Amino acid sequence: MLDTVQAVRRPPGRTSSGPARPARRRPRLGPYLLILPALVTIAVLLIWPVVQIARMSFQKVGLRQLRGEPAENVGLDNYRQILGDDEFWTALRHTLLFAVVAVAATLVVGTLVGLLLNRLGRRMSAFVAGGVLVAWATPPVTAAVIFAWLFGTTGGLVGWFLDLLPDWLVGGGWQNYNWFSSPLPDYTVLTICVVWMSFPFVAVSVLAGLRTVPGELYEAARVDGSSAWNTFWKITFPLLRPVFGVLLTMSVIWDFRVFTQLFVLSGLANSDSFNLSLYGYSEAFGSLNAKYGLGSAIAMVLTVLVLIVTAFYTRMIVRQEGVR
Amino acid sequence: MRPRRLRRIALNTAGVAVFVVSAFPVFWMVSTAFKPNQEIFSSTPHPVPFHPTLRHFDFVLNGGIAGVSFWHYFVNSLVVAVGTVLVSGLLALLAATAVARFRFRFRTTFLILLLVVQMVPCEALVIPLFINLKQLDLLNSLIGLTAVYIGFALPFGTWMLRGFVAAVPKELEDAAAIDGAGPVRTFFRILLPLVAPGLVATSIFSFITAWNELIFAYTFMKDQDKATLPIMLQFFFGRSGNDWGPIMAASTLLTLPVIAFFLIVQRRMVSGLVAGAVKG
Repeated sequence: MLDTVQAVRRPPGRTSSGPARPARRRPRLGPYLLILPALVTIAVLLIWPVVQIARMSFQKVGLRQLRGEPAENVGLDNYRQILGDDEFWTALRHTLLFAVVAVAATLVVGTLVGLLLNRLGRRMSAFVAGGVLVAWATPPVTAAVIFAWLFGTTGGLVGWFLDLLPDWLVGGGWQNYNWFSSPLPDYTVLTICVVWMSFPFVAVSVLAGLRTVPGELYEAARVDGSSAWNTFWKITFPLLRPVFGVLLTMSVIWDFRVFTQLFVLSGLANSDSFNLSLYGYSEAFGSLNAKYGLGSAIAMVLTVLVLIVTAFYTRMIVRQEGVR
Repeated sequence: MRPRRLRRIALNTAGVAVFVVSAFPVFWMVSTAFKPNQEIFSSTPHPVPFHPTLRHFDFVLNGGIAGVSFWHYFVNSLVVAVGTVLVSGLLALLAATAVARFRFRFRTTFLILLLVVQMVPCEALVIPLFINLKQLDLLNSLIGLTAVYIGFALPFGTWMLRGFVAAVPKELEDAAAIDGAGPVRTFFRILLPLVAPGLVATSIFSFITAWNELIFAYTFMKDQDKATLPIMLQFFFGRSGNDWGPIMAASTLLTLPVIAFFLIVQRRMVSGLVAGAVKG
């Protein structure tokens, strides 16, 4: 079909009227001219910077280099330095642990909500979906600020609520508890905030997937007396496996990268709670640091981690969609 | 009959619970924004303001921090977001047309490139982009910031638009071509009007990307004059002792346009993001 289109509709941009060149061998420039601006933009703004951090991670780059002095090559020094730094391992551990917990929670909550939306009546489903979309649409900055307020030390709702609960269950003194003083409470709040923002996408995607499953399958399962748990693992999950594959890899990538929320909730001053991206940022832009080479080495570690997962993601999309 | 009814009640209760949990933080933001300070910091929280007040909004809108009003940052944010929408929309439309309508060498490579660069951790790119903009003297410049956002919005925009262009029946274009319309004319008279809804959806996505972004703006725009809204929020937030009234008022003003836009395009966002995954 495509070929017919091209036969009828010649690509634009055939302005070159070199008389000597035979028409048939003239390269068809049309599509290349159309992607050129996008390609150049992506190359300059996304690909070249990745090359730059790769290069800078082997250099000493500081304020002098900002003024134009050439950077000095230091070989593997930057990597040696971060690998020998406890802060790096803490940040790496935070990044990985947070991703595991947040991704698992996001997928479970999102899937449950998706299943629920599928079971609800039409109006109820639209109503609940409306609420879910509000969570999805909230900008990360505001989400983080709102959760900082919910978990605030004075007047924070969560502290007040926890103090209402009996002491034997949750302990006391929550009203004045500082949630942003050490990594565990920090990451608890961060996880709740990130899961709250990301489960809607999972829910809506699962719902879209469920709508494609033929109803007879569930009918048959019900007639056979299958439990909800069995029905999910025997019917829903295998059929939606591609959806779950994409959702899993995307969530892992997003949660590896989480920055804005942690930046707002815990901040640059709180170095105990750094993850990789915040650690790298702080080496470069934290007060009095300006160690751009070191920051680049950390950014490189993060980029490689993300790109490994991206390889799986891309393979899945290419297989399912057929990028033809 | 009975158990079925019970089940219905249980499901609907769960539904209401999901709704409440999802919407509550945003509700709490808006509610706090209208509360006087005694109510905000009272030891028993009020669900809704008992004595609603506009003073926090007044403070934010009429020169809260150092006499610079919300509107100043609003204009900066708007300029950056609209610039991002226009340029990335145009580039994405051209590229999407190429991949949806032509078969050419490196087409697949280009598509895979689009997928991969969407996932590149932008946070990792702050350092080189900062240095590049510094050398081009584009720090503290709305143009420099817009350029960076165009790069972030473009890959997903192209990917999303590609579906919309592909959905326009080629026969329409064939017919126009047979009737003697050139490629440019066919593009403007046939393709563009039919792709318009997709273009709107993509534009809103790009708008939200630029509007919400904090880290690059925070790093590049050190002049308070050039700050965008998310940075303004940090001005309020970062100050000693959090003054939650103005913070929530500013958050509300920042958030509501995004939620409104988002509700318009959410369906397309889903299909763009998990494109193809559901086809199994």
